[in-house]
Amino acid sequence: MATTLTINGEAKSFDAPADMPLLWVLRDVLGMTGTKFGCGIAQCGACTVHIDGKPVRSCMLPVGAVRDRAVTTIEGIGASPAGAKVQKAWLDLEVIQCGYCQSGQIMSAAALLAATPNPDDSDIDAAMAGNICRCGTYVRIRAAIKQAASGRQS
Amino acid sequence: MTIAEKISAEKTSEQVSRRALLTGGLAGGFLLAFHLPVRAVNEPVQPPDVTDGKFAPNAFIRIDATGHTTLVMPQVEMGQGVYTAVAMILAEELDADFSQVTLQHAPPNDKLYGNPTFGLQVTGNSNSIRAFWKPLRNAGAGARAMLVQAAAQQWQVEPASCSTANGEVTHKESGRKLSYGALALAASSETPPKDVALKDPKDFTLIGKPLKRFDTPDKVNGKAIYGIDAMLPGMKFATLAACPVFGGKVGKVDDSAAKKIPGVQKIVVLDDLVAVVGDHMWAAKKGLDALKVTWDEGPNARISSKDIWQDLRAASEKDGVVARSEGDIAKGLATGERLDAAYELPFLAHATMEPLNATVHLTPDSCEIWTGTQIVSRVQAEAAKAAGLPVDKVIVNNHLLGGGFGRKLEPDMVVAAVRIAKQVDGPVKVVWTREEDIQHDVYRPVYRDNIAATLLDGKIVGWKYRITGSAVIARWLPPAFQKGIDIDAVDSAVDMPYDIPNIHVEYVRAEPPAVPTGFWRGVGPNNNVFAVECFMDELARKAGKDPIAFRLAMLGKNPRMQGALNLAAEKSNWGQPLPARVGRGVCVQPSFGSFIATVVEAEVDEAGEVHLRRVTSAVDTGIAVNPDTIMAQLEGGLIFSLTAALYGEITIDKGRVQQSNFHDYRMLRIDQAPKIEVHVIKSGEPPGGIGETGSTAGPPALRNAIYAATGVALRRLPIDRTLIAVGKKA
Repeated sequence: MATTLTINGEAKSFDAPADMPLLWVLRDVLGMTGTKFGCGIAQCGACTVHIDGKPVRSCMLPVGAVRDRAVTTIEGIGASPAGAKVQKAWLDLEVIQCGYCQSGQIMSAAALLAATPNPDDSDIDAAMAGNICRCGTYVRIRAAIKQAASGRQS
Repeated sequence: MTIAEKISAEKTSEQVSRRALLTGGLAGGFLLAFHLPVRAVNEPVQPPDVTDGKFAPNAFIRIDATGHTTLVMPQVEMGQGVYTAVAMILAEELDADFSQVTLQHAPPNDKLYGNPTFGLQVTGNSNSIRAFWKPLRNAGAGARAMLVQAAAQQWQVEPASCSTANGEVTHKESGRKLSYGALALAASSETPPKDVALKDPKDFTLIGKPLKRFDTPDKVNGKAIYGIDAMLPGMKFATLAACPVFGGKVGKVDDSAAKKIPGVQKIVVLDDLVAVVGDHMWAAKKGLDALKVTWDEGPNARISSKDIWQDLRAASEKDGVVARSEGDIAKGLATGERLDAAYELPFLAHATMEPLNATVHLTPDSCEIWTGTQIVSRVQAEAAKAAGLPVDKVIVNNHLLGGGFGRKLEPDMVVAAVRIAKQVDGPVKVVWTREEDIQHDVYRPVYRDNIAATLLDGKIVGWKYRITGSAVIARWLPPAFQKGIDIDAVDSAVDMPYDIPNIHVEYVRAEPPAVPTGFWRGVGPNNNVFAVECFMDELARKAGKDPIAFRLAMLGKNPRMQGALNLAAEKSNWGQPLPARVGRGVCVQPSFGSFIATVVEAEVDEAGEVHLRRVTSAVDTGIAVNPDTIMAQLEGGLIFSLTAALYGEITIDKGRVQQSNFHDYRMLRIDQAPKIEVHVIKSGEPPGGIGETGSTAGPPALRNAIYAATGVALRRLPIDRTLIAVGKKA
């Protein structure tokens, strides 16, 4: 089925069945490999993207359900103020280890900061508990979200 | 600079001259020297080699005429920060301009890039920095000496009158300067020095600083490329299902429904697995779901965890092979008050965030592979066997790894992908679903540790310890399995840090039927430190002593361990009052060449749920190459192991794994993560290993915290909440 989506502000046209999860459209059809496959059942958050600014697990979102809503991926999140702050804080505090889950972590954190500019610990827990990190970078993720929120420079 | 530039995909194999190959060997000998670097620490660096005008004095360093310096990474980056640490060590002795450095993945080549401990390209056992510390420093210093010689010759001065810094040679008296780039060609014809002087650690400018990592900038914007991200023109996508019963075979396959799924291109049926090839993963996955497979489950279809545990317990009652015996154990065990215990650890899956995958392009006379592996040369050899091609016809493009944890010390994912690729025209990316990844892992073995010890005047006088479990080494590195002892399985048991006059350690090899076992982050010490440290707490209680005071009294001959323990006690507020059902537990470990003490503070609620409050680790790892990486490895390793302690268990029923994804193989999440403080102790000792230390430290410290909070001495993992709920007794 011919489909056009707005991804990171650009119109992208492709052929894909309507039930195909957005994750595989991004990765296998469009070659946008920054969004990661982790579990396929919305348990790990590695595939998180934004749909109209809200964090969504793309591994269970049929592409046919996206319609005219704006898709933002890790490749484009740096263009938003919250995304840029999160990316900078992630590097300032050297959050990342293997990095495979971090696309999803950054997308969840950017959505959190866009909606809640000064999150407390429980806001962070609620927004980030859907993202698993096997390297165990949670301590630094929490610190980096707080740093990004405060605008403090390291 | 993007990571694509920083970690260039340029093939290094062409840059390595035949001369370098013939003379540069990390000659074998791992058999004699497992756990001991085989390469003499001052072995001369390799002779110079020029390719494309680059100064290539050894396997690790390339400098072009513009001064651009490429460092070839012998060890793989799976999050542990090794690329940055290796680059820091090379650049330190080279006096390179660190801002001009880029990194390259090493190609398969054991002679040039083999891990000195194993004689193979292996990233594991927390030994990258330990094994390569001297070789990398020699390589950097040797290259630097050749650049200095070239400059001195040009200026007609003594090399000793020249100094180096930031990629330049300076003649001190005249102030003349030449950049490394300008000297690259001339340096190529210099002879590498036989004995090269290494820097005094007090002169280090990079080592010891918390420098920023090379690999992280492209991990915040989606540009970093892992094996699973390989994209090739005309590529197809496949996913597979192996027989759910270990060792089972494919019986009948009805592919009529699968073939009707749009985008499905091909059904591949092998003797032990089926795969569906499609235009994308979604087609492949739907096709696989639609495939009707009747499995020939074979002889393992009746195996269950219950039987495996029964067998293991029975095996643990037998005498083992003696791994260490000092003093008189019979006399020791007959003296004072005796305590006996047995500890048990479950099977664990690795669950790297990046599921197993490999992309293969097979033609009649070539095989090219894109993947992320901890054993690139072994993968090349195994792929060649599977493809039926000579090794030199197999190209392996290694990538960043989305987690390794020991899982990618196995070549199985690449072998399966090659077998599937034999039936596919053009390149095919094979990606395991999470379910396949968890149900066809190579599992951390089940272990049982039986301990008997005696106490006299508050100290241990006799200690008899028997480890029962898989010999992973016997399968994975057979020459290192000698006299019936798996040197990994007894690691941190034969060299436990306590001063005990009568000590006896045995090993019983017991392989679980059917279930494949392998290395899991923390390997042998993971098991032994758990049993030893849990039992230490039980002994301390029996002796009426504080757990830390009890340990300190037996650490007199181990000042580094003592120092770490004292610091952890101080920083964790050890001894200060806590609310009811909150406890602190300690773990000390001498593992991987690092001395670490960890205190976990945890609360056990009335229902038996465990809440992690705070973790404090004090780390003496010798010279801390990049202290921030050391802190990060402890933080992450602790989370990794606390996850296992709280949730980790793979169980077997009817010959198959019962868990399948993160809903039933649970992971610790951010809302459960404790505060973690890591204190790195300054030291001038050679660097120790760090990648697996946190994953050894967490479980015993947590278990001891629960013991302190509830009085219940848990002896199995994962933690059984029913035993520690209010009103329950173990």
